[in-house]
Amino acid sequence: MRRVSAALGGGIIAIVLLVAIFAPLLAPHDPYTQDLMLRMVPPEWMDGGSMAHPFGTDQLGRDYLSRLLYGARISMLIGVFTVITSGVIGITLGVMGGYFGGWTDDVMMFIITCRLSIPLILVALTVVALVGSSLTVVILTLGLLLWERFAVVSRTTTMQVRNLDYIAAARAAGASRLHIVLREVLPNIVTPLIVVATLEMALAILLEAALSFLGLGVPPPLPSWGLMIAEGKDYMFFSPWVIMIPGVALFVLVLGINLLGDGLRDILHTGRV
Amino acid sequence: MTTVLEVSNLRVTFGTSVAAVRDISLSVARGETHCLVGESGCGKSVTALAIMGLLARNAHRSAGVLRFHDHDLTRLNERGMARLRGDKLAMIFQEPMTSLNPAYTIGSQMAEVLERHRGVSRAAALDRAAELLARVGITAPGMRLKQYPHQLSGGLRQRVMISMALMCEPELLIADEPTTALDVTIQAQILRLLQSLQRELGLALLLITHDLGIVARVADRVSVMYAGKIVESGPTAALFSAPSHPYTRGLLRCIPVPGSGRRDEPLGSIPGVVPRIAPDFVGCAFRDRCDHAIPSCSRIVPLRFGTSGHEYLCRLEGA
Repeated sequence: MRRVSAALGGGIIAIVLLVAIFAPLLAPHDPYTQDLMLRMVPPEWMDGGSMAHPFGTDQLGRDYLSRLLYGARISMLIGVFTVITSGVIGITLGVMGGYFGGWTDDVMMFIITCRLSIPLILVALTVVALVGSSLTVVILTLGLLLWERFAVVSRTTTMQVRNLDYIAAARAAGASRLHIVLREVLPNIVTPLIVVATLEMALAILLEAALSFLGLGVPPPLPSWGLMIAEGKDYMFFSPWVIMIPGVALFVLVLGINLLGDGLRDILHTGRV
Repeated sequence: MTTVLEVSNLRVTFGTSVAAVRDISLSVARGETHCLVGESGCGKSVTALAIMGLLARNAHRSAGVLRFHDHDLTRLNERGMARLRGDKLAMIFQEPMTSLNPAYTIGSQMAEVLERHRGVSRAAALDRAAELLARVGITAPGMRLKQYPHQLSGGLRQRVMISMALMCEPELLIADEPTTALDVTIQAQILRLLQSLQRELGLALLLITHDLGIVARVADRVSVMYAGKIVESGPTAALFSAPSHPYTRGLLRCIPVPGSGRRDEPLGSIPGVVPRIAPDFVGCAFRDRCDHAIPSCSRIVPLRFGTSGHEYLCRLEGA
């Protein structure tokens, strides 16, 4: 069962990743080309749809399937780079606090507490509103905000590893502190961190969608799934598919990531995070 | 014989409440095995860690002399100590099951030591590792180098730890209860191995143990430690032939000897446990467990010389 969920989640992510990479080859049309004569064409399976635009077109006549495929790129970019940014920050802080202890740890815990008291979405909104929205700004904002779980998990696991005999043995063999942290501690705490990374990735993708929906995420005309939902919301009563299609895509991707994370956690026998 | 390690008046305290090691002095010469014996919690391991400079941060170390060859270890900073550790000054830990990093192969962990201290290539370091594994009696060293710690048994892992400590041809090897976690047959093998390696390489060996049987077999000199102090020390033969401190005698009575002693006679034991000693403690720490204690034992403890040339800390005249 666990392996099934991990495999299913991994499969979904692999498909989305492939779609993101090969979007230019897969997309039937250019995602930015507008055709005002063909606005709000319904998808192929509804009345008036055709294979020319399998998922229909949006309010500006852009091919919806192409935009959806290109949108996978935005989501994956946001997911991967946010996790890299927040992972670097969180793991650095967590391992330092956990390994050195004492006042380093106190300072680290204070920073985590401060971060936890920051309302995530409000700060993200404010920053993006002040700096202006772009893909980089969204990635950096989310990356700088979403590191606390990395920090907490790497701190506790480092504390467990720190007192093990092989760390003492490494010191007795003349290893430097940096070497011990990077080569002895990190490889042994990487398992729970992989699980955290999957959870944070799902969260980052959802937050990007939320920001874009509020008009403060990635700027138009970039085809972000959240932005597609936002642009479609005026038409949802008569053409519900304009928000249904990107909504389902978002749901499936986040579900896939969470399934993989859950499955990995059970397979790797780590505690709950 | 050249003295490799010289320690005098080494003192380790934890905060203001515990003195784990109290003014101990010992020395180890080239080619000599010096055994540090004592029961759990008497400060043996702390002594080893203090010599290696590996004490926890809340520990305070001071020493009159702490010299390894020409290096004054009290003056060396962390970087200088790190250069010595694993190179000329090596240590083996008690728990072979957890002393190897589970994330790397045996070969990579062994090679790393040599790469770090000697700057040799990975290939050359692996050759040396294979050579040493063969030397400590591991068959198919080439295969073992590619394995991970969990694929090895306890005895094999301790052999790996020993050969890892020998990578840089150390001059002093500190072995902290290297055989305690192993079963008896493996214990004997590991001890024999340590002895033969020491003879071949001229190692100075500081062996920490609670097992007097081991001491009798391998030690040239013995220091008996009790509550952070060395209470009796001298050449092994002298000490075993005329144990003079009541604690040493008590320890020796605790060893069952087949054939001697009547069937229904209980095995000797020392009542009580090692007390926690505060830094300002005076007198003999063994007095509460000692049959010969008199009121003056709480004030002064004279240093006496036994009949066969060893020294001990007790008011009792030599046996």
